[in-house]
Amino acid sequence: MSDAHQAEQMPQNQTASSDEVLVELKDINKVYRKGKEEVPVLSDLNLTIKRGDFLALMGPSGSGKTTLLNLLGGLDSPSSGSLTIAGERIDKMSSGQLTRWRARHVGFIFQFYNLMPVLTAARNVELPLLLTKLSAKRRKQNVMAALELVGLKDRAKHTPSELSGGQEQRVAIARAIVSDPDLLLCDEPTGDLDRATADEILALLQTLNREQGKTIVMVTHDPRAADHAKQTLHLDKGALITGA
Amino acid sequence: MKYLYFIWKNLMRKKLRTTLTVLSIVVAFILFGALGSIKAAFTEGADIAGADRLVTIHKVSLIQSLPYSYVNRVRSLEGVSKVTWASWFGAYYQEPRNQFAQMAVDAESYFDVYADMLSLPEEQMQAWQNNRIGAVIGTSLAERFGWKVGDRIPLFSMFDREGGDRVWEFEIEGIFSADTGADSGSMLFHYEYFDEAKQWDKGTVGWLMIEVDDPDNAAHVAENVDALFVNSPAETKTSTEKAFMESFMSQFGDIGTITSLILGAVFFTMLLVAANTMSQAVRERIPEMAILKTLGFSNQSVLLMILAESVLMALLGGLLGLLLVWFLINGAAAEVAAFLPGFGMPSSVWVNGLVAIVILGVLAGLLPALQGMRLNIVAALGRR
Repeated sequence: MSDAHQAEQMPQNQTASSDEVLVELKDINKVYRKGKEEVPVLSDLNLTIKRGDFLALMGPSGSGKTTLLNLLGGLDSPSSGSLTIAGERIDKMSSGQLTRWRARHVGFIFQFYNLMPVLTAARNVELPLLLTKLSAKRRKQNVMAALELVGLKDRAKHTPSELSGGQEQRVAIARAIVSDPDLLLCDEPTGDLDRATADEILALLQTLNREQGKTIVMVTHDPRAADHAKQTLHLDKGALITGA
Repeated sequence: MKYLYFIWKNLMRKKLRTTLTVLSIVVAFILFGALGSIKAAFTEGADIAGADRLVTIHKVSLIQSLPYSYVNRVRSLEGVSKVTWASWFGAYYQEPRNQFAQMAVDAESYFDVYADMLSLPEEQMQAWQNNRIGAVIGTSLAERFGWKVGDRIPLFSMFDREGGDRVWEFEIEGIFSADTGADSGSMLFHYEYFDEAKQWDKGTVGWLMIEVDDPDNAAHVAENVDALFVNSPAETKTSTEKAFMESFMSQFGDIGTITSLILGAVFFTMLLVAANTMSQAVRERIPEMAILKTLGFSNQSVLLMILAESVLMALLGGLLGLLLVWFLINGAAAEVAAFLPGFGMPSSVWVNGLVAIVILGVLAGLLPALQGMRLNIVAALGRR
């Protein structure tokens, strides 16, 4: 058993997680090629994440945090190993299958929000719903519900340039949850925010985890941000380490 | 349709750039519509020419006249069912810029041969035949000068009357209508009046129009007509009406080739301008496209959205250009009716224009769309 798998068995101080396994990584390796040179990024990684968990991933730059997040989100595929999420082997999926799978199962939250600057908050949140067969009326209802959940219903018609950084990130969170995904993946969600706003965003993520039962994996450099998670895993040189 | 708002917003992201590109497309399609309409006006006569009609002119040129006696000689040929004739009058109304076509014809046989294209009420035909200086005019000519039945109009001709006067008077006895594409901007009057009153070149006609029994036999009849007058002082050249019209139009140059070359150059330039705009627009949005793919938009969706944006841009400019040129042509049609009867924007120009718009949009957006489709999410997000 690797260090990574032991990490899953580390003492947990929160109990909101169910026993159902949502994510299971077995012997995951990821190697990038730079010309003829092979650069290993993740090595023999084993990890289990239960439904309802809130996991923080920490580690120095280049440790493989974002690569792991990309694998969990189906944005990239492992070089070897198996990756099962919600009972589906996503490492076996084609690019097209992964695209459809992402739309159904994963919500992404980025450091720089990545909203469409030409669209209002509501239209940004609506984007993932355009991929569904919901009617315009139903899409609007869902969008307003998501915006209300993040406290921005009154900013629905504002464009990103008319919002503060914290508000933009709230809109991004609303966009991530509007299609009710199994898994929320956050890549430095507070990295571009001041402390107070960052705390608000982290509190919101905690609420989504506790009250909505969302499973969250968050990459962060900030130990205070990691404190909001139920458990923290450390990555170094592509491997999960215990006792960090 | 649910993507239209997003596509529109992306198109209007850089308003100045999009506006300038759309204006370029507008100008290109104004040219497209104008040149296409001119080309159609020049070639439409040939397109509607009757398959069973021949035209006989002097072998040297259309300007040279033929003896009137040829009419009856041709009439007697086997395979010929009807013959009529016409002479060019070359006159204007009040001032030289008021040009239009006038022809001296034999009333009865002319309308008989062109029964498929021209129609004149019977009572007006009777009135015209009973009036030596009577004339009939086409509907668009009547509209152009506001002429009506009973009006007496003086025309200044290139032909002297006996006595040296060049002003010829006519009384309008009827207004004929012409099928689409046929000339309704001309005036017809009695050949007898013209031939008797003119000072010189009496007893001649400009050209003959021959209707044959069997269109399949037209070439053979044409040969027989020309053989009839070979080695005479006025040898003839007989061809089908279509060939005659094409030959007549070719005097102005190869309009089709000229307009095609100009349109090709305009289209190619437009393609470069539109492709450059789309390329810039997509290059600026690479991280956004990566986000779309992250959210679950497929490669094909991204491809189609970029193509739709490009086609929308081409549609905006192209339709506006075609509408503007349609208004311009409608306004100018009466002014150029003398030179280009039936000038207008035919449906073929609209259809070709719409096809060109779609092709322009697709070609301009194709490379950027493929770039967007092939985008690697991880690499593109890393560029942010």
